Amino acid sequence: MGFITQHPVLVVSLVKIAVLLFIVMTALAYLTWLERKVVAHIQSRIGPYYVGAHGLLQPLADGLKFLFKEDMTPPTSDRLVYLLAPFLALSLALTAIALIPFGPPHVTWLGQPLFVVSNVDIGLLFLFSITSIGVYGVALAGWSSNSKYPLLGGLRSSAQMISYEVSLTISVVGVLLLAGSLSFNDIIEGQRGYWLHFIPRWHVFPQIIGFLCYLTAAIAETNRIPFDLPEAETELVAGFHTEYSSFKFAMFFMAEYANMITVSCLATILFFGGWLSPFPDSWTWQNYLPGAGLLLLAAYCAYDTVANMRGIAQIQFAVVTLLAGGGGLISLYPPAAAVIQGPFWFTTKILLILFFYIWMRGTLPRFRYDQLMSFGWKLLLPVSLANLVITAFVIIWPLLRHG
Amino acid sequence: MSVPIILFFVCALLAVAGAVLLILAREPIHSALALVLVMMALAVLYLLLGAPFVAAVQIIVYAGAIMVLFVFVIMLLNAGVEERTDFSKIAKWAGVPLGFFLLLLIAHFLARSSIGTAIATGAGAAAEQASTRELSVQLFRQYLFPFEATSILILIAILGALVLARKDE
Repeated sequence: MGFITQHPVLVVSLVKIAVLLFIVMTALAYLTWLERKVVAHIQSRIGPYYVGAHGLLQPLADGLKFLFKEDMTPPTSDRLVYLLAPFLALSLALTAIALIPFGPPHVTWLGQPLFVVSNVDIGLLFLFSITSIGVYGVALAGWSSNSKYPLLGGLRSSAQMISYEVSLTISVVGVLLLAGSLSFNDIIEGQRGYWLHFIPRWHVFPQIIGFLCYLTAAIAETNRIPFDLPEAETELVAGFHTEYSSFKFAMFFMAEYANMITVSCLATILFFGGWLSPFPDSWTWQNYLPGAGLLLLAAYCAYDTVANMRGIAQIQFAVVTLLAGGGGLISLYPPAAAVIQGPFWFTTKILLILFFYIWMRGTLPRFRYDQLMSFGWKLLLPVSLANLVITAFVIIWPLLRHG
Repeated sequence: MSVPIILFFVCALLAVAGAVLLILAREPIHSALALVLVMMALAVLYLLLGAPFVAAVQIIVYAGAIMVLFVFVIMLLNAGVEERTDFSKIAKWAGVPLGFFLLLLIAHFLARSSIGTAIATGAGAAAEQASTRELSVQLFRQYLFPFEATSILILIAILGALVLARKDE
């Protein structure tokens, strides 16, 4: 006990890191499940179904499969860089999430804000500095494999990431001008309040062009369809990670999904008011929304368990029902309901953006390489630049008029 | 020993090790990666001196943009392993001692400068962190002319690169 009271910052940070790591890893696994399910239903299939009820244990099975596969290293590869690349990709992707505030800073534990691991004053810049070195993972993987397709994939993807990073950064500057701060907490607090008493003051409304530019550039940054040329399997086998197998491949896979979560978090913070609720504070019933939602989910699961599930799947789904129901009941307890308000809205917004991502993947075909480059440099960059200039002008205009 | 001092020595050693590796490595990509290591270690040193903005910009601009382009070009041109030449006589007998002399000279003056004492006493980390707002006020009020002159210089360099790279019609 003495150690905890002497070093509260260290202990609290370590606990938060461990918990966040667990949550993010689980979220990554179930993001793959969600993606396969949603894309399957878009294409009139059912997706994973047999490993666990509704395929809910599929991510676990996939993880085990990756662990037990043979781990091969090409004999002609540059061994050190070959091993470094996946570590770099995954660790940078996970580090970025440490900067994200999932809830308001006034909820504390032992004097430390509970919902953010690292509360940095210039959070946005640090996030960009971490994501900007994320290119190395892909580029080095392509180079160190010492093989044609990975090299081409690595080159393509570095070129693409460098090109779209410019638009990504510039599209965000408009929000910075409105918020006047680089700190995530300040940016979110600046979006509190309403226009005409019902439209939340989120930056997405004045910065709709900036948001569209950000969304496009973010999809390209994370190498997703329609910008997934680095791993276009019809042309490049599997792109930069062709020569990677077993858990090293899984690390690239996890890094890609972690990056997806990071850009969704950033979009939520910058454009959708982060942990702020879309409803006015006076609507107190919204405190019971998370609990009610979970109870509804539990009710559906209970119906499904009784009506459709048989054998071992029935037991598994009963467990899911109990988890959802128990979580719902705890969330209805007023002190808990007040604490989880912030994280609830934050995760809801992230999930909606992630769903949009998956929807894009199920809908759009892939770009051609020259289309990709000309789109990035000739359309996206000028539009985001124009958005920046107009925003700056609108902000400075009253100052100019009054002297 | 306080944590900032330990961090300082770790990062300083990493920076020096990266710089030595940069020269000794024969594979161009390894040299580039060593340079990235130097940049990152320097960024942590800026953090220790209470300049988080400079640290973040150091990583974004140098490690995230310039070195990525270096790595990209090395990959694109598929540069092979460097060849070693013998040490020239002048380099061996005059260069090495003179290099050490220069190092001692710089160390001497740095140790007596304000930065040196700030690091030695750990005052840099404890000092008030310059906020981004103050930094930009300085940049756009007091140092506006040098700032704009630099940006025009960079613009000229970009235009020059474009003209050089353009194909003849």
